[in-house]
Amino acid sequence: MSSIVQKSRLSATVEELKPSGIRRFFDLAASMEGVISLGVGEPDFVTPWRIREASISSLERGYTAYTSNAGLLELRKEISYYTEDLIQVQYNPQTEILVTVGASEAIDIALRAIIDPGDEVLIVEPCYVSYEPIIRLAGGVPVFLQTSARHQFKLTPEELESKITDRTRAIIFCYPNNPTGSIMTLEEWKTLVPIIEKHDLLVLSDEIYAELTFGQKHESIVTLPGMKDRTILMSGFSKSFAMTGWRLGYVCAPEDLLVGMLKIHQYTILCAPVMAQMAALEALRGNRSDVEKMVESYSQRRNYVVKALSDMGLTCHTPAGAFYAFPSVKATGLTAADFAEQLLMEEKVAVVPGDVFGTSGEGHIRCSYATSLEQLKKALECMDRFVSKRLS
Amino acid sequence: MDQSTTKKLLMLLEENCRLSSHQLGLLLDCSEEEIEAEIKRLQAEKIIVKYPALINWERVQDNPLVTAMIDVKVTPVRDIGFEKVAERIARFPEVKAVYLMSGAGYDISVLLEGKTMHEIANFVTKKLAPLDNVVSTATHFILKRYKHDGTILEDYEDDRRMVVTP
Repeated sequence: MSSIVQKSRLSATVEELKPSGIRRFFDLAASMEGVISLGVGEPDFVTPWRIREASISSLERGYTAYTSNAGLLELRKEISYYTEDLIQVQYNPQTEILVTVGASEAIDIALRAIIDPGDEVLIVEPCYVSYEPIIRLAGGVPVFLQTSARHQFKLTPEELESKITDRTRAIIFCYPNNPTGSIMTLEEWKTLVPIIEKHDLLVLSDEIYAELTFGQKHESIVTLPGMKDRTILMSGFSKSFAMTGWRLGYVCAPEDLLVGMLKIHQYTILCAPVMAQMAALEALRGNRSDVEKMVESYSQRRNYVVKALSDMGLTCHTPAGAFYAFPSVKATGLTAADFAEQLLMEEKVAVVPGDVFGTSGEGHIRCSYATSLEQLKKALECMDRFVSKRLS
Repeated sequence: MDQSTTKKLLMLLEENCRLSSHQLGLLLDCSEEEIEAEIKRLQAEKIIVKYPALINWERVQDNPLVTAMIDVKVTPVRDIGFEKVAERIARFPEVKAVYLMSGAGYDISVLLEGKTMHEIANFVTKKLAPLDNVVSTATHFILKRYKHDGTILEDYEDDRRMVVTP
């Protein structure tokens, strides 16, 4: 018997990677029965039938082989039209578009393609939980930019400028934002562009929620002069078309960057699943009135939730996109984690504590309103009871 | 209330007319009073006609209902066309729907509900066929309903998502 303490068999990088804060909370919520969840980061709709049917039909016809590394050319053409339609920017389907396994893969290969060891990558907090670990796995150093409820969680030029060093290589944006629901207007983007240009930064723009905006159109930083050449645009079908489980995304980028990403993609993934690609083709080619209906439904539920949260005494900016409300729980005197945990234990309602998305999210909780109206109503009644006990 | 909000209100009510004015107001970002006034107007203008529930009668025990679709061929009448005979048919309470059809080998489609096939047969032979201007009828019985009024009746798409995801 050896008494030597066993050395970890994992690499130092992976060993030091923190498990996602959301994981701990998931384990807690999953162990309980009858939980009403406002913690789900995906649509409550099932993928529209026309899309499911197209994929079934492609399987029946025997579409089961590899596609080209970059994805079906037909699909890349559709993505090109779709992107032009959405943000009025043209990408060449032959050289500037790559179909990926979810926007997640897009983020991964984009970061791996551009990071040299020790390069710094800026992340705007609060944000999606994967950016930081993926930067670390790619050998980079994440640097966090703070935002606050006071500015509706939008990045200010002052904050951006203050964190740039000689090692800064790129910045990741995600607007419409998960978890805050904030969006950036063209005017707000314009204030950041001179700094990005001055320091010659690359931009990784995660626009997965682009179609889910309410009352105002999504504006992409790519549309501003000079920005297309330094931006990697990442998106996917998960949120707009309710296709999370299909794992299909794409990346649009200048050719030299795309070539790099394609190298990683072809060795590690080969190509995105063909049945998902066939589904995506129908998603873009068919009648998109189903997407409009889903957006309208999110918009109505957003109104409902924001009003209900404000009525119970939690301050909440009106999110202009995605499907999350991000109210402050500071009035209750609780931290985000304590609030979420006590709410789960007492009322069986799951929300996600904001600090999981970065320190800027402390004091806030993420409430997803991609849940049936009936469930939302129940959850908000429970939250109201919970909050009123804690407000003096 | 602007037209687009009115349309949204109607769509919400069509989906679930038990939503309260308070809830409707929250969803559409209007006051409860605005919602109530608008519903009153829509009722007065007969845009909202009725608030029925969609019931799957096949799941109710001891409730055999037979539904038939009847193609009715009619000789149109000068000046009034099919209106008069359609109206006469529509007034029978067992008739659930009456449509004027194009392109078919018949003119009027009648949806009829009865407790038994016999009851339906009786209606067709004693009430419908003898009407003036009715030339012929063809009765088709409905064997099973898969979808009714936009709703798949035995389809329950449960929430299959995990409880918490990023």
